[in-house]
Amino acid sequence: MTTTGENDPRLEKYRRMQRIRQFEAKAEKIHADGEIPGALHTYAGMEASGVGACMALRDDDYMVGTHRSHGHPIAKGAKLRPLMAELLGKKTGVCSGKGGSMHLSDFSMGSLGETSIVGSGGPVAAGAALGAKLQGLDRVALCFFGDGASSEGAIHEGMNLAAVWSLPAIFVCENNRFGMSTPTSDAVAGENVADRAHGYGIPGVIVDGQDVDAVEAAVREAVDRARGGKGPTLIETKTYRYGDHAVNMGRELTPRGPEHDEWVKRDPITIYRQRLIEAGVAEDDLDAIDKAVADDVADALQFARDSAYPVFEEAFDHVFVDRLPIPAEVQAHA
Amino acid sequence: MARITFLEAIMQAQQEEMQRDDSVFIMGEDVRCNVFGTTTGFVDAFGAERVRDTPISENGFIGAAGGAAMVGMRPIVDATISSFLFPAMDQICSIIAKSRYIYGGQARLPLVIRSCLFYGNSNAAQHSDRPYPMFMNMPGLKIIAPSCASDMKGLLKAAVRSDDPVLSFEDSTCWMAKDEVPEGEHVIPLGKGDIKREGTDITIIGVAGGVNVALKAAKALEAEGISAEVIDPRTLVPLDRELILQSVRKTGRAICVDPAHMTCSAASEISATIVENAFDALRAPVLRVTTPDTHLPFSPHIEKPLYPSVERIVDAARKVMGAKQTQPA
Repeated sequence: MTTTGENDPRLEKYRRMQRIRQFEAKAEKIHADGEIPGALHTYAGMEASGVGACMALRDDDYMVGTHRSHGHPIAKGAKLRPLMAELLGKKTGVCSGKGGSMHLSDFSMGSLGETSIVGSGGPVAAGAALGAKLQGLDRVALCFFGDGASSEGAIHEGMNLAAVWSLPAIFVCENNRFGMSTPTSDAVAGENVADRAHGYGIPGVIVDGQDVDAVEAAVREAVDRARGGKGPTLIETKTYRYGDHAVNMGRELTPRGPEHDEWVKRDPITIYRQRLIEAGVAEDDLDAIDKAVADDVADALQFARDSAYPVFEEAFDHVFVDRLPIPAEVQAHA
Repeated sequence: MARITFLEAIMQAQQEEMQRDDSVFIMGEDVRCNVFGTTTGFVDAFGAERVRDTPISENGFIGAAGGAAMVGMRPIVDATISSFLFPAMDQICSIIAKSRYIYGGQARLPLVIRSCLFYGNSNAAQHSDRPYPMFMNMPGLKIIAPSCASDMKGLLKAAVRSDDPVLSFEDSTCWMAKDEVPEGEHVIPLGKGDIKREGTDITIIGVAGGVNVALKAAKALEAEGISAEVIDPRTLVPLDRELILQSVRKTGRAICVDPAHMTCSAASEISATIVENAFDALRAPVLRVTTPDTHLPFSPHIEKPLYPSVERIVDAARKVMGAKQTQPA
């Protein structure tokens, strides 16, 4: 485990983006090799959106995310070992092997789920904000959702509730330009998702999603507002996902236009690295972070590989507080 | 003990649990105006923060109750009529039922979603659903469906204290029925059924208001010399299978009375349980008396005959009693 950068928020921002990028690069590779079951939805290209938003949160603030779930927990500071173990379906995974790639939610970091039903996090975030308010705590709840989710009723209902009750919530629409294969322009009416904020009487903010500082500043203002009892904000981060909807599927689903190369040129980690160097940060220090992150990822993978799979009986845990009875005829064939 | 109605029992349970635990609060449609009479005087007693009117936004506020539960509150959601749960299927099935599981036990969701079974009064198909069987097929949700005021109070108090999400289906045909209800600490454990009437010839298992129709039928059967035992599971998830099986092993005959539509009803699950586990004891086929698989019409003339009635249960009982004894090979 590295501690590099933890005391300098600028280096910590860089470090967290690197952790997401390298964690996923490793995951994508071993997924291609067949070591990770199921689908893998990567966050590469969107790191500044998640990290910028989470850097504006306190550890005890709440967060709800999406099926593209690898970036959010790392952005909020989660340890990599349980995340990688979850991808491999191991008992030591953050969800005990029950959630997998679409549900990397670390409740110890304030997460209340990375939910794979598009838009379904909206009401949960509003409810967490309501809970904090009723408990007299000054915590906020941040809801990540995609441009695709902006068409879901659940997102509207969550924002309407948060606005009408003036709840300490922040809605961050990570507009990565595609809902699976469908371009946002074919699915979302109006130019910007953030414009919908006017309908709720709350601030709507558009921000460059490839600029981690810009995202952080926008979310920080929204957090201050929320904590100050002034209600929710809708922020749209204009960003881009590099990978297909899910990677290693054997065929490209997302139609890439000429703008693809332009987006890749505006890589959020490259932009931020350059900015730090211009501000006087030594390249060696950044290289040291890259190296330490690579070590962390390797350590996480080793941990995941060394971990045991859950035993069959655990399929019956966590439906309720008490383990369900296991039908004898199923047990006999398990 | 006091004689109070089913609705008063709901009010009493909510009141006592809110007094006992500050994390309990009520949110739902028109709770401040006290539309069905289960929150009389609540705003004055507990304040508008804890007695919270919601927008007409079932998926939003039921999901928000889930979010509030995840951060340590114990919401009671009043969704009024159970047909209104349909817009909230997303949050009930994907978030509330599954969050504890999919996150490996990290999430806890102590909330109660109350709604009534609003059938039998010319409200037409979109307001008359009895949808508990749909939710029985979704793991992760406990379900209560009481038939009398005393059970309603005891089960609702248990539901509020449960760390699992509970759906409370409150049969409107029971609303005004009075019953002796213990004051104060009266908590009935979830998953424990009750023998409402003892008998020796036939077991009638009733669901929700079906229990009361079954009790009337049992009286009518008594006049014919048929002794019916009436079982009320009270909780549909978890289901007290053992109590049902014990009774059927004694009587050898069973009828399941359920106001839900026939296909995949609670009655279907109970019938299958009996046939799978007590086949040797059966002296006749297990019959279901349910609402047929048609929608519920507005006109009372054609609505009323669709529900389980005393006459239909008596007929079924005669059929079962007259059945030739069949022994498995």
